[in-house]
Amino acid sequence: MFSFIIRRLAVAVPTILTLITVSFVLMHAAPGGPFTNERNVPEAVMENIEAKYNLDKPLWQQYLIYVGNVAQGDLGPSFRYKDFTVNELIESSFPRSAYIGAWSFLFVVVFGVGLGVVAALKQNRWPDYTVMTAAMIGVVFPNFVMAPLLVLLFAVTLRWLPAGGWEGGQVEYIVLPIIAMATSYIAQVARITRSSMIETLRSPFIRTARAKGIPRHKIVLRHALKPALIPVVSYLGPAFVGIITGSVIIDQVFSTGGIGQHFVNGAINRDYSLILGVTILVGVLTIVFNAAVDILYTWLDPRVRY
Amino acid sequence: MFFSDKHAGMGELADTLAEDAYTEGRSLWRDARRRFMGHRAAVASLVVLVLLLLFSAFGQFLSPLDNESIDWASLPNLDEDGVPSLASQHYFGLDPIGRDLYQRTVQGSRISLMVGVLGALTAVVIGTLYGAISGYVGGRTDAIMMRTLEVLSAFPFMFLVIVLMAVFGRNVLLIFVAIGAVSWLNMARIVRGQTLSLKRKEYIEAAMSVGVHPLLIVLRHIVPNVLGVVIVYATLLVPEMILFESFISFLGLGVSEPYTSWGALISEGADAMWTAPWTLIFPMLMLVLTLFCFNFLGDGLRDALDPKDR
Repeated sequence: MFSFIIRRLAVAVPTILTLITVSFVLMHAAPGGPFTNERNVPEAVMENIEAKYNLDKPLWQQYLIYVGNVAQGDLGPSFRYKDFTVNELIESSFPRSAYIGAWSFLFVVVFGVGLGVVAALKQNRWPDYTVMTAAMIGVVFPNFVMAPLLVLLFAVTLRWLPAGGWEGGQVEYIVLPIIAMATSYIAQVARITRSSMIETLRSPFIRTARAKGIPRHKIVLRHALKPALIPVVSYLGPAFVGIITGSVIIDQVFSTGGIGQHFVNGAINRDYSLILGVTILVGVLTIVFNAAVDILYTWLDPRVRY
Repeated sequence: MFFSDKHAGMGELADTLAEDAYTEGRSLWRDARRRFMGHRAAVASLVVLVLLLLFSAFGQFLSPLDNESIDWASLPNLDEDGVPSLASQHYFGLDPIGRDLYQRTVQGSRISLMVGVLGALTAVVIGTLYGAISGYVGGRTDAIMMRTLEVLSAFPFMFLVIVLMAVFGRNVLLIFVAIGAVSWLNMARIVRGQTLSLKRKEYIEAAMSVGVHPLLIVLRHIVPNVLGVVIVYATLLVPEMILFESFISFLGLGVSEPYTSWGALISEGADAMWTAPWTLIFPMLMLVLTLFCFNFLGDGLRDALDPKDR
């Protein structure tokens, strides 16, 4: 187990390095430097600016400096928000995105698995049909459709909830973002859980358990749930990435001031250091989470040996 | 009957024999078609999708208006004069800057569906070849190719594509390439798995033993045999591609004016929904309907073609 974790991390390092390299190459392949839009500045001033951002050094030196800085957690200065570093921008906005994301993720797991298990236990009866119809509908409402639709329904028409804002993360401000974020993933997880649960319930060891007279709820919770969760866990990796990506939409629609807003503004304003910083952060998070999922896998499925 | 054409003078007996043989033989594909036809939701979805395709291709001729001119008379009072109505010939109403939303939706559908199909096609071609070669060659090549895949699939691609858009400017072609290029990873993995099991089949060994070039074996024997699975996953890829493009366009980083797509229309509608909710509703319905149909179609095709879940 320990050596597996080490090996898993050994794969993660080149991945992150590739990500940083790609980011660096992209940043320098961009047409026009970050300061070409400035008004005509005197030559000497330009030289000073370039020296400050290390742009006067040869490319390979810039690369090494960049990698070194990123390795120390320094993503550099923002090219547009002159008074801020990328780190400061991320520190101020990331906690909000993480807050909404964490709640959404919790809802996805709890409701997705719960509904899926209910549907599987009542297969081909009305709870199953209700859950599966809802899941089918949920799947086709992606977050960027769900978010404006929820605003239209609950903020514009019914006026029950605010249309956006953060206000310290009060409940009424984060309800709609979480629903918009979680719906389609709850639906997916419910579908996956249902089919894998049905399959598990048919397997011989469950029949044995029933023959021994173990009560039904104990069979489900003690024996069936763990193996049934294996495909769910392998879906949680992509779901996590989806929720991180989705936060871009959520921040944009609900103006929560999360990291997604900075990312989109950075992309529109060509604030390269900011968007690459966010990309690297997201990449590292994804890699770490995927490694965690793999480790969880070995616990759930003892047959998986590394 | 090609058989009877070849042997034109052979008489009626040969003809009937050939025909019998033809009707009695049940090929894999005929079986699959029969199973697919039994899946009513999938067949209905296919019909709706064909209609949607026709709509995007010829829908513009159903309305006398065009997708560019601005209805200046209705513009000042858009939330009342711009509502959808048959009388004003604005079937879907006006968009936020006074253009006919019906024509805009037709235009958007065309781009969204095109992105979906071309993106999936790119993914299929790259993914199938990559997976088939990796699985067939095996050994160290396979290990390196799969390691590469592992590294790539840990990338946050949505972010990278947006970065690409920011760096190189917004461009429909770039969207196609970017989407297609990042979505073949799963396809490659699936095809590789299938190839590994096909590789030991007798007919592949036969081809090897008579010295067929490995590339030809992959193209002529492996690829056609993984096609069923590939088709199923391609069907599920199309809506994914449409979503991907819509996502980027929704953020204002995808297709740019005068072009549009469902995502761009939904984004415009979301900005205008306080006064003109129809600008959100119509493009949204189109997108949701399409996703719905592709999902059912995928289910039906999986039942028909994927031997694993039968």
